[in-house]
Amino acid sequence: MVRQELQKLAVYAFFLAILLIPMLGFRSASFEPDRALKIWGVFVGILILNFIVKAVRGGRAAVEAHKEPWTERTRERISRIPRLYTIGGLALLAAVYPLMANNYMIDVGITCLIYVSLGLGLNIVVGLCGLLDLGYIAFYAVGAYTYSLLNLTFGVSFWAALPMGVVLGMVCGCIIGYPTLKMRGDYLAIVTLGFGEIVRLVLNNWDSLTAGPNGLFGMKRPTLYYPSFADGGFSWVAYYLKSLPALYYLILIIVVLTIVGVRRLDNSRIGRAWIAIREDETAAELSGVPTTWNKLLAYALGAAFASVAGAFFAAKLSYTNPNFFLFMESCIVLCIVVLGGVGSIPGIVVAGFVLIAVPEIFRGLENYRMLAFGAIMTIMMVVKPEGLIPASRRKRELHATDPHPHEESDGRDR
Amino acid sequence: MAVTAKSILELTDVHTYYDNIHALKGISLSIPEGDIACLIGANGAGKSTTLLTISGVQPAEKGEIRFRGEPIQHLRPEQVAGKGVAQTPEGRQIFPRMTTFENLEMGAFLRKDKAAVAEDLEWVFSLFPVLKERAGQLGGTLSGGEQQMLAIGRSLMSRPALLLLDEPSLGLAPKLVERIFKTLLEINQKGTTIFLVEQNAHMALNISRTGYVMETGRIVLTDRASALLENEQVKKAYLGE
Ligand SMILES: Nc1ncnc2c1ncn2[C@@H]1O[C@H](COP(=O)(O)OP(=O)(O)OP(=O)(O)O)[C@@H](O)[C@H]1O
Ligand SMILES: [Mg+2]
Repeated sequence: MVRQELQKLAVYAFFLAILLIPMLGFRSASFEPDRALKIWGVFVGILILNFIVKAVRGGRAAVEAHKEPWTERTRERISRIPRLYTIGGLALLAAVYPLMANNYMIDVGITCLIYVSLGLGLNIVVGLCGLLDLGYIAFYAVGAYTYSLLNLTFGVSFWAALPMGVVLGMVCGCIIGYPTLKMRGDYLAIVTLGFGEIVRLVLNNWDSLTAGPNGLFGMKRPTLYYPSFADGGFSWVAYYLKSLPALYYLILIIVVLTIVGVRRLDNSRIGRAWIAIREDETAAELSGVPTTWNKLLAYALGAAFASVAGAFFAAKLSYTNPNFFLFMESCIVLCIVVLGGVGSIPGIVVAGFVLIAVPEIFRGLENYRMLAFGAIMTIMMVVKPEGLIPASRRKRELHATDPHPHEESDGRDR
Repeated sequence: MAVTAKSILELTDVHTYYDNIHALKGISLSIPEGDIACLIGANGAGKSTTLLTISGVQPAEKGEIRFRGEPIQHLRPEQVAGKGVAQTPEGRQIFPRMTTFENLEMGAFLRKDKAAVAEDLEWVFSLFPVLKERAGQLGGTLSGGEQQMLAIGRSLMSRPALLLLDEPSLGLAPKLVERIFKTLLEINQKGTTIFLVEQNAHMALNISRTGYVMETGRIVLTDRASALLENEQVKKAYLGE
């Protein structure tokens, strides 16, 4: 076992060297192998760390084979920290972040949060219901363009446009969902990918409505209204959320609401129906799950969350154009879901931050930044194929006298 | 065959297609309430298709299916399930990344009567005690036999009036097969009508009252199970004697 692992380690390290050294070391102007070596060193370090962890785990497993694996125990330990403190701490951190960070960092934070909410939405479709969707970013575009057009043409405010965007997003979700109801796997992937591209091409070419590749600009920012008693009269004053911290708090609230919403769905009858469909569609319908309705619902609700994020995105930039909604974006969102641990809300939150913030950290690498991104993805999937924070077995009880069914877990939950 | 009791399930000239494959070529059968009936036949005869057609997964193109007198051939699977028909599909289609407990819970998906569900859970655990031991284990990590018990248990959790079983003995050791068939008798005694598809013709005919023999999409023989056990044709083709 140790030898096998060592061999694997050597292969990975070699593979990485082949990838990194020539591309970073031999640049056209100057030869900079030291820089490549540094990055390579970090990656190999991660690999070695993983090897040590595995070795320790393996050694222990040999002695006490019945004990739970390492990750399971860590997770249990973490879960023993009162959740209130963990969540409270994170909330506090999220709340004070804009006070400690500069504008650039806040901007990155906002982008991370947008992607987290996209990831949470896509998680409904991919993670819970098991439907592959490679065109998810189209619903983000629908939200962005709905707000932009409503605001520019009719002066509709952000808050009024939001529900309309949600409805339109859900309709689009059903439009893609309905014809694909009978499809699985590869076919579904191709059709959804096509749908995403069609939406983008329509936005790009419908000049009279969307201004084509030039995009739309000049949308108003989201507003807050507060009462004013100036001049002795009473009136509502609009306050535009223009500053980055204000926008940060708005998207933070959106993300928190999204998390609450997705969690409630996850633990509901609908959530169980989705998971059953993901696990085995025929068995699900034989158990009485209305599969057609539930799949459409998954598409529609996933689209609704993306639409909200899209409206925020357009309002934040006060600008939008079709090139924000490339296939690559759908890929990144999908990566967040898979990397975070399919179906796992905390995993997706963490992965959202990792995948969006890490390329920023590597900005110094210029063009090689995406390479580093790819390498990190590869390593993470090799080291933790089940995702950063695997979805925990959902602890639901049928009734009070239930014989503690979760005691026998053997730690085999993935 | 003497059909005395009211029939719970009645198929009349049912045809089912997979695209252009004519899998069921006019099936007619009638199962009395409270009975155990079995359907035997060679591989590819259309046994699984018959069950899938009854439950609405592979809808009939032509013909009529009546459950307790009510036509159900146009209903979707979840609606058929709602009427009180449960099917254990071929090859133990359990939910692999749900725990044993959650799998059983899914069986009761359509039920609102929590207290009765709890009772039935206890009953399933008493039929298959190993499921209670494995309640927290993921379905996909259970052994083949345990998965089969789970699949049957899950079907029972809907408290069905009619239980459709597709090859419950598939891939199980003879001892376990015997146990499962004994359990089927127990289930039947609680009032559940059972319609069983089996390769293991001997065991199936032994616990059934009525038997149907199927060949390439048609039912070619219908008789009391005990008579089929003595039938020369059946003996030769399905009992290996
Ligand atoms: N999904 C499908 N698509 C196309 N043809 C199918 C499909 N399922 C079954 N068939 C065909 O329909 C016929 C009947 O199949 P069925 O599964 O009902 O047989 P069976 O009697 O259950 O056989 P076995 O004992 O091997 O399970 C076979 O010829 C099979 O090839
Ligand atoms: Mg079959």
